[in-house]
Amino acid sequence: MNTLADFVLVSAMLFAIGIYGLIVKRSALRMVFAVEIMINAANLNFVAFNQLLPKAANNIIGQTFVLFSIALAAGEAAVILAIVVVAYRLHKDTDVSELKTLKG
Amino acid sequence: MADLTFVAMTVVTVGGAILALEADEIVYGAIALAGSFFGVAALFFLLNAPYVAVFQITVYIGAVAVLILFTVMLVRQESWAKEASPRSLTRLGGILTGLVMAVALGLAMAGSDLSKYNSLQNTMGFLEIGQLISTNFSIVLEVLALVLAASIVSALFLAKVEKEEKRQ
Repeated sequence: MNTLADFVLVSAMLFAIGIYGLIVKRSALRMVFAVEIMINAANLNFVAFNQLLPKAANNIIGQTFVLFSIALAAGEAAVILAIVVVAYRLHKDTDVSELKTLKG
Repeated sequence: MADLTFVAMTVVTVGGAILALEADEIVYGAIALAGSFFGVAALFFLLNAPYVAVFQITVYIGAVAVLILFTVMLVRQESWAKEASPRSLTRLGGILTGLVMAVALGLAMAGSDLSKYNSLQNTMGFLEIGQLISTNFSIVLEVLALVLAASIVSALFLAKVEKEEKRQ
């Protein structure tokens, strides 16, 4: 039988992979991948810890939270990808260290 | 002990995440990311949360992964292969930070009594989720709809302005 610790461990691994991707990768698309992976890790934690709630009427509040979180992540992905497309049109590149237009 | 389905889905999830970041062709990376999303959805099923799992499949695999795939094809460069490989110092720092994070979280978990809890404590109903969303969280739902509309409009706006500038 699976215990909650197994799921939280998977979540921690996903989060560590996301941190690694954000630090190492310089391509904007790969950084979007890393952010999505980290959001998934957080959602997994929400659903896992939801199992610790007492058996009451509102014992699915963690799952409800994840529904909102997934919808927010979808909106966020749409905006980020539009920005990536615009940056590619302007610079012909998606390397974030080359995008210095807004640098002071 | 974890059962076989859980181990298989963990391999799919974590392996997909690693492949998404490390695949040479970024298109294959996007497909591996969709696989990782699917693995997380399967973990939701194992956690007795089928509604969230189906939501994850429809929204993440159906919308976000496809959106990412289209973007990858739109900004496709002739030579993804020369995607600047990070300096070895940066790579080492990233691996170290990730490892420290994972080990710290693992140690924190080892100190807790999380492993005593079965993963199937709560039985959930679709009815309760619907009631919760439409009563306690109705305002949140409305605000979320506004945020989604605003993000879609802003994404369209970003892409459109650029097109007009190009025509001039």
